[in-house]
Amino acid sequence: MIEGSPTRKRVSLGVTYSLLVLGVMIVTVPFWYMVATSLKPQAFVFEIPPRLWPSPATIGNYIEALTKESFSLYFLNSLIVASVATALTVGVSAMMAYAFARLEFPGKEVVFYSLLLGMMIPPVMLIIPQFIVAKNLNLLNSLTGLIVVYISMNLSVQTFLLRGFFEGIPRSLEEAALIDGAGRWTIFRRVALPLVRPGLAVVAIFTFLYAWDEFPWANVAIKETSKRTLPIGIALFQSAHLTEWGQVFAASIVAIVPVIIVFAVFQRYFIRGDVSSGMKG
Amino acid sequence: MRSISFSAEASDTGPVLGTRGAQGRSRSSSRSTSKKRRRVPPKQRLKQLKQGSIAAAFLLPGIVLFTTFVLGPLLFSFRISFYDWNIIKSENSIWVGLENYARALGDPIFRRAVLNTAAYTLVTVPAQIVLGLAVAVLLNQAIRGKSVFRVLYYLPVITPWVIVSLIFEFIFLGQGGLANYFLRDILHVTDQNIRWLADPILTFVPIFLLGIWKGVGWTAIIALAGLQAIPREFHEASAVDGASAWARFRHITLPLMRPTLVFLTVVLTIGGFNAYISNLLITNGGDPLDKTHFILTLMYDASFTKLDFGYGAAISYLLMFFVLLMSIVQIQLLRRRVEL
Repeated sequence: MIEGSPTRKRVSLGVTYSLLVLGVMIVTVPFWYMVATSLKPQAFVFEIPPRLWPSPATIGNYIEALTKESFSLYFLNSLIVASVATALTVGVSAMMAYAFARLEFPGKEVVFYSLLLGMMIPPVMLIIPQFIVAKNLNLLNSLTGLIVVYISMNLSVQTFLLRGFFEGIPRSLEEAALIDGAGRWTIFRRVALPLVRPGLAVVAIFTFLYAWDEFPWANVAIKETSKRTLPIGIALFQSAHLTEWGQVFAASIVAIVPVIIVFAVFQRYFIRGDVSSGMKG
Repeated sequence: MRSISFSAEASDTGPVLGTRGAQGRSRSSSRSTSKKRRRVPPKQRLKQLKQGSIAAAFLLPGIVLFTTFVLGPLLFSFRISFYDWNIIKSENSIWVGLENYARALGDPIFRRAVLNTAAYTLVTVPAQIVLGLAVAVLLNQAIRGKSVFRVLYYLPVITPWVIVSLIFEFIFLGQGGLANYFLRDILHVTDQNIRWLADPILTFVPIFLLGIWKGVGWTAIIALAGLQAIPREFHEASAVDGASAWARFRHITLPLMRPTLVFLTVVLTIGGFNAYISNLLITNGGDPLDKTHFILTLMYDASFTKLDFGYGAAISYLLMFFVLLMSIVQIQLLRRRVEL
């Protein structure tokens, strides 16, 4: 790494690459196998020896999954839920974070601590009372019921993250606007928000992926077929059609595509978000 | 973990809040920015009051949501755990005191679930940390294609749990699964198919492997950030002194990485005890014979299959108690030996 003869250096670099590539193979083989299976006709799914390269290959599973099995509806539901939950989480948590970072009010720390409590609660343990609350508010079996819970579950961590971002911007910019007679809301919207855009991006990405992935709450809150999101749709399809793995994986791949797009476009934010807030995917 | 140390610092500003005192201001800002400034003392109460109402407007939507769907449910669940809760008519619920808790602690299925969850955590957390650290060390060198590697290692992290659980279930199918083919026809370690998913012990092989496989990428990225924060001169100086690569790793990297490792251990342990989806999908929630539950699949089963909400709530509070206790113990144990 630092010292050593050129040959030794080359050997150690070779070892590094081999180990990294080996690791990548272990990481990607399951994905590869999923793609291969999604392209196999049903009769070939369990063939021995299993092929990592489908032959014959077909896109029949994709057509079947997207037309007959209403996965496109689940996809749409997931897209609506994840987008709305993301937009609202960004807005609501930015407002809270700004208040904590810049405004003085009685009981500030008490409120902030209660909010932090939300970061330490295992999410699944809230499902029982959330179910009862949602039932009383008529939010079961509705996308709104998913959205409000997803926002709430993300508020703690995202507000905490954004408070740091808001505190990082120099006060002088806001003070100049204050002297010019701008109100707090205007300052928040026009001065502060644009300056924390990287933070907002991190919040948006994590909330979107969370909402796209979320299974436990949707699983108890949604019983109506037409309101299912993708994780529920895929899991239930699999338990109803135990052998039709080709279709299960075709639907899964369709569900992964948005995740990969988001990740590829924003990967530098991912790393920053992880490190600054310690969230786990 | 970071949040804990952060809030401890923030508490310093507690007593001076709302007074806009110059002292409080300089203290609170010294944490985030280096700028320290003296401000004009408050002019009038009126202005304070006005700021309070502005703050309320900023906080209102968030507070309403948080109280309704997080804080309220948290307290509500505590109450439910003392009742034989009636989901149809809650007025008809019967107060049972600590009976739900006593029942859980005496229930062999619950104890088995705790053991299973503990085993999962004990295996997957060290494995993720060791492998993640190894990947981070490899990536922390002058190599090409670093970002490609990073993306590929991160792929399992961002893929939904439902999907990766199904992939692993498929690979470990007794008939026609890739794992059996590999073990029987390529490695020849067995001459017949292993029925992974029908056995109360073997079914944990795919679940454990999945937990490790999905988490290594995240652990590696966090560890990489920790490694990059170590000044290069430390390594260079000791290399000049003739220290081997292993000695440098052992005596420089590891001690300096301790805060990162503490953080990883605590967060991964919490995650381990909250494992849920993989078990639910791969074992169908406890099959065979309720021997393969994790704490949360048992909670789910008690509440939403058996509609025994009081028992489910008691289980979830026991889980939270375990998790808090463990986090505190880990932080204490691992912090103690921070020297340097």
